[in-house]
Amino acid sequence: MFLGNLASVGYFLPEFAVTATILLLVVLHVVTKNPKSTAFGFLSLLGVGAAILLAGVAPAGAGRSIFEGMVAHDGFAIFFKVLTALATLVVIFMSMDSRDLAGRSQAEYYVFLLSTLLGMFLLSSATDIVMLYLALELVSIPSYLLAGYLKGQEHSTEAAMKYVVYGATASGVMIYGFSILFGLTGSTQVAEIGRSLAAGKATLPMLLAAVMVAVGFGYKIAAVPFHMWSPDVYEGAPTPATAFFSVGPKAAGFAVLVRFYYTVFAAADPGTGLWRLTSSVDWPFLFAALSALTMTVGNLVAVKQDNVKRLLAYSSIAHAGYMLMGFVLLTSAGIKAILFYLVVYLFMNLGAFYVVVMVSNATLGEEISDFTGLGSRAPFAAVALAIFLFALTGIPPFSGFIGKVYLFAEVINRGVYWLAVVAGLNSVVSLYYYARIVRAMFLEEPKDASAIPVPAVSMAMLVLLAAPTMILGVYWEPVARIAADSVRMLAF
Amino acid sequence: MGFIDSHILSFMTFLPLLGAAVILCVPKGKDETIKWIAAAASFLPVLLAVRLWFIYDRTMAGVNVASQFQFVEHYSWIPSINVEYFVGADGISMPMLLLTALLSFLAVIGSWGIDKKIRGYMALFLLLETGMMGTFIALDFFLFYVFWEVMLLPMYFLIGVWGGPRKEYAAIKFFLYTLAGSILMLIVLLALYFNTTNPDTGAHTFNLLHYMSQSTHNGWLKGFDVRILLFLGLFIGFAIKVPLFPFHTWLPDAHVEAPTAISVILAGVLLKMGTYGLMRISFPVFPDVTVYFALPMAILGVINIIYGALCAMAQSDLKKLVAYSSVSHMGFCLLGMAALTPLGMVGASMQMFSHGMITAMLFFLVGVVYDRAHHRQIDGFGGLGVVVPIYTAFIGFAFFASLGLPGLSGFIAEQLVFLGSFPVFRTLVIIGAVGIIFVAAFHLWALQRVFLGPLNPKYATLDEINAREIFCLAPLVVLILIVGVWPMPVMNLMNASLVRLVDLVKAVI
Repeated sequence: MFLGNLASVGYFLPEFAVTATILLLVVLHVVTKNPKSTAFGFLSLLGVGAAILLAGVAPAGAGRSIFEGMVAHDGFAIFFKVLTALATLVVIFMSMDSRDLAGRSQAEYYVFLLSTLLGMFLLSSATDIVMLYLALELVSIPSYLLAGYLKGQEHSTEAAMKYVVYGATASGVMIYGFSILFGLTGSTQVAEIGRSLAAGKATLPMLLAAVMVAVGFGYKIAAVPFHMWSPDVYEGAPTPATAFFSVGPKAAGFAVLVRFYYTVFAAADPGTGLWRLTSSVDWPFLFAALSALTMTVGNLVAVKQDNVKRLLAYSSIAHAGYMLMGFVLLTSAGIKAILFYLVVYLFMNLGAFYVVVMVSNATLGEEISDFTGLGSRAPFAAVALAIFLFALTGIPPFSGFIGKVYLFAEVINRGVYWLAVVAGLNSVVSLYYYARIVRAMFLEEPKDASAIPVPAVSMAMLVLLAAPTMILGVYWEPVARIAADSVRMLAF
Repeated sequence: MGFIDSHILSFMTFLPLLGAAVILCVPKGKDETIKWIAAAASFLPVLLAVRLWFIYDRTMAGVNVASQFQFVEHYSWIPSINVEYFVGADGISMPMLLLTALLSFLAVIGSWGIDKKIRGYMALFLLLETGMMGTFIALDFFLFYVFWEVMLLPMYFLIGVWGGPRKEYAAIKFFLYTLAGSILMLIVLLALYFNTTNPDTGAHTFNLLHYMSQSTHNGWLKGFDVRILLFLGLFIGFAIKVPLFPFHTWLPDAHVEAPTAISVILAGVLLKMGTYGLMRISFPVFPDVTVYFALPMAILGVINIIYGALCAMAQSDLKKLVAYSSVSHMGFCLLGMAALTPLGMVGASMQMFSHGMITAMLFFLVGVVYDRAHHRQIDGFGGLGVVVPIYTAFIGFAFFASLGLPGLSGFIAEQLVFLGSFPVFRTLVIIGAVGIIFVAAFHLWALQRVFLGPLNPKYATLDEINAREIFCLAPLVVLILIVGVWPMPVMNLMNASLVRLVDLVKAVI
């Protein structure tokens, strides 16, 4: 029961809002005399805000397949649309504040940002491999441009170059995997491919396809060993873009990962909240190994970093590893844990980056040593950063702890104890490097003790990010419920 | 009083947190106000603790029966996974609650001299008090875990910002050790959650009392190998806190670098959480494994007694000596508990209570001399007894209490431990009793080097202990004396529950 093109339009409003904003930005950029005006930022805010509202009030129901089966409109997609749009909203605020971007053309930057957002909308709802591939590229290409946006800075250019090369390779391998799937089943519909594969016995080509597609998605979520691009890109890109990469495309990557693998290589057992493998290809084990590898490499390498942006890059690799734990379990509770984690991760990670932007605006640096004595130079920002960092570590009473509890709980419930132990040890390691920043901020005395002014808007933004980080650590029932509902509506 | 009485535990726990919130709102430059608010916020729990003492019904046992707990509050917190705000007091937690309230208040008074960032210090300290109280009242494992972890952050900052020369190292070491233990505990917690059911609803539960009824455990959790692993996971988590012999290396660093009042809390309250956790969770939930591991635990206890005493003897730093004496004294707790006799259990609980007071005195006193002389080298003093007689009297009292002089509380506790465990572990108790000689030796030797002998002329004009410091010590002196001479009131407080605990564990044999 696919909806035809015209009937589908009503379910596509958030995408229209974003597209309209992009077009408006392009036109205004041509017309205006002042391309560096902050008005572009405000306009983008409005556009993304509208998209969130439109996504949030989307017509309820069990979910539909729209545009002749190209795109799904279900709770799962809506969840990710709201999530990625929220991340974009915060990043726009951050960008308007950033020294990196001041003095550069604003309109283009926001066009790239919003195009990525549009790509993420489509990526989290695509149910056709052609659509899926297009969406992935729509996320990737503007991201390359964002990474290289600091024209004239070597780091930024290197980041963009590296990003392009890795991205092109990964997506090439992935589409090769798609072609195998198409060859096996003769369909581009994800659900149809899943049904055909379940009926057949083509184990080796399926294994090949599963691995090749994993390369493409693994690259998007920066899972080890496809993570090599991310530290350099994170370091070189303008900080707001880095914050954006660490949350937005990563979330969309998880959306497509879950939707694709749970449809193509597994089938739902109705009513049980469980999925079963449709073939002998044991991809969950493959991803469990990737998960353990990702968190371990991410954390161990983060220990050695002195640049805060690089450190956060590796930490976000580690967090992808934690979230992958939920993916390998083939249960709705596992997916729910990922969704919940993404929500808390959004606030704590963007919050951490927000403070980094503020500090680098003031001290012109992003090394840990630049944070020395922040506790007395800008107490408010320092306390906020400490909250975000301890939340990332997973220490109660902050939200990151609850996110980890849900992931650990489902891993233990399914009896994958080794993974729980690996993740537990990783949490301890992560404390060490997060605490290095905290130590610099509070335990060491600054050489230059002058106060760092924190603008009122940034302060308000930090409060808006820190409040959920603390509140969700104490009372998280509503978010857990939303996450659970979003899984339940997952319709293919 | 009705409302206060029925929510008395919550008040004791969250009044300090409220105080911390108020302190954060005090305008800049009002340091005196901040101190007075902190004193008030930590004094109110003392008043409530006194009230607890009078209204606590000593015949109710608690341990594994919900209806036998007192001052219970039971609300749903996160219904979708059955996390509850479930708190109550019984004979295991009562002595600890009283001790925590008293020591926290004294520690605030003892911190009066802090002049650096007083706002942060007091706010964090009060948050720490909330964490400690909460841990002792929680009867829901999730709640217990949250409170347990809430203590970590303030402790990290209190050591790391206000500590001694190697504060950064000590703070992160303490944090990493404890977090490693906590993560193990978290895994056990989740494994228990998914393998037990609430008998009333059939849903999974975090309720500790449900865990204690073996009928709630499902098939997987009945396997003895599994139970051993889970027990060990919990045990390591608690052993790091106690700290037991191979996991103790964070303690000397943390104690030495922490500011005086924080050392008092660390040794006086935080160490007890390890043994408290064993009594509250490990023993009643895994009685079969407890019996199985009774001998190894007793051996660890004796190792702690002897090893701690020998290490203490080798120290040249007075504070490190006191720190290692804690390692030694906590060994008595474990020996008494492992015996699984009512007498031994009461002895262990007494030791927790009495050591809390004695070690608090010792750390306060070391802090006093450090404030004046700016070092703590045992060999750097000499003959201080003539210069500061009152101070010497206090430290003499504390040292004798610590080495177990009859008539003081330490003696009662150690004797109970020995009496209770002698019928079970004869050889071990004899070895442990020999350990007492070492304990006495390092105390007396230190006393002699610092306070007797020829006067070191450098300290001929050392200031005598002042009134505020005496105010911190006097209540402890009085209590140590009273408990030493007439321990019955305190023993009555814990007796019923500990007998029940021993019965519960013994029932599986």
